[in-house]
Amino acid sequence: MYKKIIRITGLEKQEADVARYLKEVRDIESAELTRRDLFKLGLTAGVGGLTAIGAGSFVPNLAKAASVSGLISPPCNKPWTEPLPIPKTAVAVGNFTGPVADKSQCKETQNLYNPGNGPIGSYEDFTEARTEDHQRWDELGGISACTKYELMAKEIDWNFYSATDYPAFNSKVWTYVDMNPNTKGEYATGVLRLKAQYGAPVLMRMYNGLPKNGRDTQGFGINQCSPHLHNAHNPPESDGGPMRFWDSGKWYDFWYPNIRAGFASTHKTGTYHPNGKWCPGDWQETQSTLWFHDHRMDFTSQNVYKGLASFYTVFSKDINLDTDDETTGLRLPSGQYDIPLMFTDKVFDQTGQMFFDIFNIEGILGDQQTVNFKIKPYLTVDRRKYRFRFLDAGPSRFIELFLSSTNTTVPTTMTRIANCGNLLPKAQVVSSIRLGVAERADVIIDFSNYKPGDVIYLENRLEQLNGKGTTGKILASSSKTQLLKFIVSSVAVVDNSASLATLQTQLMVPFPDRTKNPIKIKRKFDFGTSNGAWVVNGKFFNPTIVSAYPIEGTQEEWTLTSPGGWSHPVHIHHEEFQITKRNGNTPTALDDLSRKDVVRIGDAAQGTTGSTSITFNMQFRDWYGDYPMHCHNVVHEDHAMMIRWKIVPPTDPNAGK
Amino acid sequence: MNKRDFFKNITGAYLGVATLAYIPESIAIPLIPIVGNKTSRSKLAFPNVPVMTHEGKVVHFYDDLIKDKIVMINFTYTTCDGICPGMTENLKQVYKEFGERMGKDIFMYSISLKPDLDTPKVLKAYTELHKIKSGWTFLTGTNANIELLRQHLGYKFSDPNLDRDKSEHLGVVKFGIESLERWGMAPALGNPKYLAEYVRWMEPNGTRPLLSDMMG
Repeated sequence: MYKKIIRITGLEKQEADVARYLKEVRDIESAELTRRDLFKLGLTAGVGGLTAIGAGSFVPNLAKAASVSGLISPPCNKPWTEPLPIPKTAVAVGNFTGPVADKSQCKETQNLYNPGNGPIGSYEDFTEARTEDHQRWDELGGISACTKYELMAKEIDWNFYSATDYPAFNSKVWTYVDMNPNTKGEYATGVLRLKAQYGAPVLMRMYNGLPKNGRDTQGFGINQCSPHLHNAHNPPESDGGPMRFWDSGKWYDFWYPNIRAGFASTHKTGTYHPNGKWCPGDWQETQSTLWFHDHRMDFTSQNVYKGLASFYTVFSKDINLDTDDETTGLRLPSGQYDIPLMFTDKVFDQTGQMFFDIFNIEGILGDQQTVNFKIKPYLTVDRRKYRFRFLDAGPSRFIELFLSSTNTTVPTTMTRIANCGNLLPKAQVVSSIRLGVAERADVIIDFSNYKPGDVIYLENRLEQLNGKGTTGKILASSSKTQLLKFIVSSVAVVDNSASLATLQTQLMVPFPDRTKNPIKIKRKFDFGTSNGAWVVNGKFFNPTIVSAYPIEGTQEEWTLTSPGGWSHPVHIHHEEFQITKRNGNTPTALDDLSRKDVVRIGDAAQGTTGSTSITFNMQFRDWYGDYPMHCHNVVHEDHAMMIRWKIVPPTDPNAGK
Repeated sequence: MNKRDFFKNITGAYLGVATLAYIPESIAIPLIPIVGNKTSRSKLAFPNVPVMTHEGKVVHFYDDLIKDKIVMINFTYTTCDGICPGMTENLKQVYKEFGERMGKDIFMYSISLKPDLDTPKVLKAYTELHKIKSGWTFLTGTNANIELLRQHLGYKFSDPNLDRDKSEHLGVVKFGIESLERWGMAPALGNPKYLAEYVRWMEPNGTRPLLSDMMG
């Protein structure tokens, strides 16, 4: 297969040019011209296959195609021939194989089997990279209260294409690998998930087993990592921030307390759910779908594109809400009917290896969109309700998801129950869902009214022509917009989840009452550009600068502005906020009526309309320390579109600055 | 030399444009192909075009300036009086941060965005004006070659109006360890200590972020 750069001008025209070009390439291939022949024809062959073509006269469509930019992967010739990879659940261990975890850095060494990873052989000595103590560790039960996991960031082989299409394709993917097998002897890898419960802190020991320095990295990525638990209300030392990365050959004990915001500040005595169940913190801050991904400063886009991203789903059995059991609480579809779906787009070379343009500053678009790391997979579904957890994992593409079906008698709506990491006050019945990078949506899709054999497609119909952002235009449904094929099975199954009518009307998690925490400080942050670099409030990112010092336990009003010309999904670590104004007006769009941790500003933030300003209220509770706010078009983030702020006690000399 | 002398020299130096004429045009690569090993990737990422140093030497961009080196690259032009003087001064601080490693394993390159005006003689005068020391080279070349470098190094925007505005390509430095294929980019007016640190953080045995310095 040949690869080339295509600049995208008019999409249809470009596709026609590309199609003609590819046909010519195939003609050349089928004629089995030798490399020497190609040279004679003016085509230049390089190492590893035909690599550059410089003869516009021989390939008339080349000139057109070459005048455009954008990358073309080997075509997917056999869609819907491989099943959707379902993220496996990581397995908790009774005790770590290595040293016991504690509040402070572990000083012992752990010798681990890590084959194929470098000059020192199969065994490797790991030490802990963490230097900071866990805050509130003893108060929340220390190690004895923790459910423990052992994961390792590792390189694995993975075929994103269907093996019947390209049997020999093999991409070197960096993923989190569970070091403990499930009862079937399988190890969770690729896109995996952790299932956590409120009230049960998790100690995730993350080993960095990425390839040693000097090993081939396929041109991108760095073997230093900092897994960020995205959207979690965690202390900074377990947040996985951009500055806290560490090297291959070390581990880091992340402590996720799984406790609701407000537990040590505004809601010290806990709260009662209307059903009478009590929990620490504010039950109305309960969350559900989080994810973790690498956050190494300057390399987030490369390392996440490389594969370092997975799901962290937290359940609230303690207040009988989202229980991981469809016979209790909200009775959401559970178990095998609760499936996370990660959307990420990539470009592949002629061997199926991922390609990443490290010199792109605008944003990276892949021409192949994958679902849980597969191009156009299928999922056989039972005739019942499912819960799907959508995640746009970028790196730069915005998506808008639609359903389409050959059976037109069933409405193609979805019941949206969550936005970002949290359950909505009440479900929204929608025909499409737009997600910026890092945004999530949980939906209920009911297949019970379909006939066996019916086919339903999940499609991304949002137009995006370059890495800067989306145009906001909705494309016509076609084979190109289809991402995942559902095939309705004939097997009769039990569905113990609540009826669709109940799911669409029941109270889930109302907005937290913020009125008791008056706003004393208002801040403004302008996301702009200056001489080709990103600036926030006119300043370039500087690691020694802390841009704001909110006082612990307080609430502030922040306004983010953008002059337009770009789309930015802005993400803030630590707590969820609530949008009070978009472009100066009270928000009305459904996806603003939610707690949020990522907000789209700039071009086509909603529909085809840009948003130049967003105002929201956010509380800064329970933990002290530094967190970032950054653009989650991770290419922008890596080019310093970021600030850091720090939660301090009221006695701090900088308090409130 | 003071600034007035510098501009006087520039006027004379325009005659030096002719000296660039003998630099052969490179064959522009119309497509960026993708192949699976480091050698070919590097060759494609970094056009090995001939460029001329402020000392008047013709060198090949990849073979002589990039390969197996740790580098920091920016684009500039000598008559730019916007952010350029401040940028040059800031990069001088970065140079100091690298200390003795400059010119040994770390190299800095400033590539002229106005190669017609910035002849080697003009660049030489500029380096003298700003007291640029060894290990930091100013580069010029034919328009086509410089344009090729700009495109390949990512100093480009899909919006043609933005792309045409040279000032939009000035504000960032690209830095990397070529042998490990590790590349980052940062604002050229960023904290100079940290511009150097960003490079060292990428090194296998380099420094690592010191959290205590970052707590405001």
